[in-house]
Amino acid sequence: MASGEFVLETDDLSKEFKGFFAVRGVNLRVRKGDVHALIGPNGAGKTTVFNLLTKFLTPTSGRILYKGEDITRTSPADIARKGMVRSFQISAVFPHLSLLENVRIALQRELGTSFHFWKSDASLAALNDRAEALLEAVGLTEFRSHMAGDLPYGRKRALEIATTLALDPEMLLLDEPTAGMTHEDIVRITDLIGKVAQNRTVLMVEHNLSVVSNLSNVITVLQRGEILAEGSYDEVSKMPEVISAYLGTGNG
Amino acid sequence: MIRILGLVVLVAAALAAPYFFYPIFLMKALCFALFACAFNLLLGYVGLLSFGHAAFLGTAAYITGHSMKVLGLPPELGILAGTAAAALVGLVFGWLAIRRQGIYFAMITLALSQMIFFYALQAPFTGGEDGIQAIPRGHLLGFIDLTSEIALYHFVLAIFVFGWLVIYRTIHSPFGQVLKAIRENEPRAISLGYRTDHYKLMAFVLSAALSGMAGSTKTLVFQLASLTDVHWHMSGEVVLMTLLGGMGTVFGPVVGAFLVVSIQNYLAQMGSWVTIIQGGIFVVCVLLFRRGIVGEVLALIRKLRERQARTG
Repeated sequence: MASGEFVLETDDLSKEFKGFFAVRGVNLRVRKGDVHALIGPNGAGKTTVFNLLTKFLTPTSGRILYKGEDITRTSPADIARKGMVRSFQISAVFPHLSLLENVRIALQRELGTSFHFWKSDASLAALNDRAEALLEAVGLTEFRSHMAGDLPYGRKRALEIATTLALDPEMLLLDEPTAGMTHEDIVRITDLIGKVAQNRTVLMVEHNLSVVSNLSNVITVLQRGEILAEGSYDEVSKMPEVISAYLGTGNG
Repeated sequence: MIRILGLVVLVAAALAAPYFFYPIFLMKALCFALFACAFNLLLGYVGLLSFGHAAFLGTAAYITGHSMKVLGLPPELGILAGTAAAALVGLVFGWLAIRRQGIYFAMITLALSQMIFFYALQAPFTGGEDGIQAIPRGHLLGFIDLTSEIALYHFVLAIFVFGWLVIYRTIHSPFGQVLKAIRENEPRAISLGYRTDHYKLMAFVLSAALSGMAGSTKTLVFQLASLTDVHWHMSGEVVLMTLLGGMGTVFGPVVGAFLVVSIQNYLAQMGSWVTIIQGGIFVVCVLLFRRGIVGEVLALIRKLRERQARTG
């Protein structure tokens, strides 16, 4: 296996919760530049895999490699510093901070003054132009001084993406980016992810199959914690085992 | 304009106060106000409820008392020594407690502060049940005689203002911005690459050091360091002051501290009823005005402004 080709790999990854294997022996390969979707029926272990990859859970066994480097024991904050940034299923904003401040939080780490408690926060104004450019990219300029908590759900997700992009990550991990959104919001976010994915690698967990078919070129289907199938949307959607496990239930 | 005027009035009132009120009472209130502000830095801006802050107040009180009475240090160095000792204890406590959250964090800080209490009870230099008494106030910088209550008051006021400004700046700094992010959504802050434990520990040490500064100053005022300072009642009292005044506001803890100290002073003749009255006030506060006094006032102002913006 040529490590250069794959940005993220897992090696026999398993997670056991008191005798129950939520994830068992998963070998995932995410190729550089791909938009890779992880799908599967409820309880298939998608979110567990996701949390293992982002280090919010520790695997029972197996390894995780990012750009060929073993990151199985690396802390979640350090994963982000290496360029792999996640989103959350429930929108993750800082509700009592303004939109501008939300984006600035992501930008300010690179200033190296994040521990400077004696410095005025006026020094962060140097980041305003970049923060505003990011807000503009997701269509939130007019709300810049609103509190993030006051935004409707779809806009919160857009803000979250702007904040994530502020880190300029090489790899994005998106946990159900369109969950709970109205149709209009879904179209907007799908466009946005498509745009963002052009020079990045994306791995996403997603329920909405039209979003998956629009965006992703590789799909991995999970069932009961194991990989059931892998391939393009057209390939995967024709496999009988996938149809019975996933497409046949509730979506057919 | 209103802001500057308000500040001028506040400073004038603070400078004139000892001529109208009993200076010792004012100094006590200022010490507790600083203590509550330091506690609020942790509770209001990082979302960590420590139930062991007496340990920092008390440690600093004993170290200042000992270094001034036995080692003969001048007051400024005595206070520095106490503050440094509290910061050190804060570093150890914080390092042990910061990984836990919510009730577990509170319990660990309580347990650790009880260890300090029992140490203070047994250690020879603390004077056990008697405490360290008759600590000389000395001469500030060698020439300002602190036995004068007016001079001492202005020194205490200066320390309070310094401590309050440090806290104010911390809240309004790049570091404070990260703290607020952690308070609002810690997993998200982590996912943005912040090693949140480091920030929480830093805030914990700052809070401990400033609590220590309050304890050292209190020792100077009362010329006494005793077990009261390290008792868990003290840890509870600072929670009460902060919640009553309004946690997460810069003036709330000050108001809360003045209120609680006033109640204790003016109702002192009622003996143990004071505790019951305090408990009653706490219950009313939690039931009726959860944001605390200053918090409720700020919320009211915001609401009025919004209404004005809508109609105007």
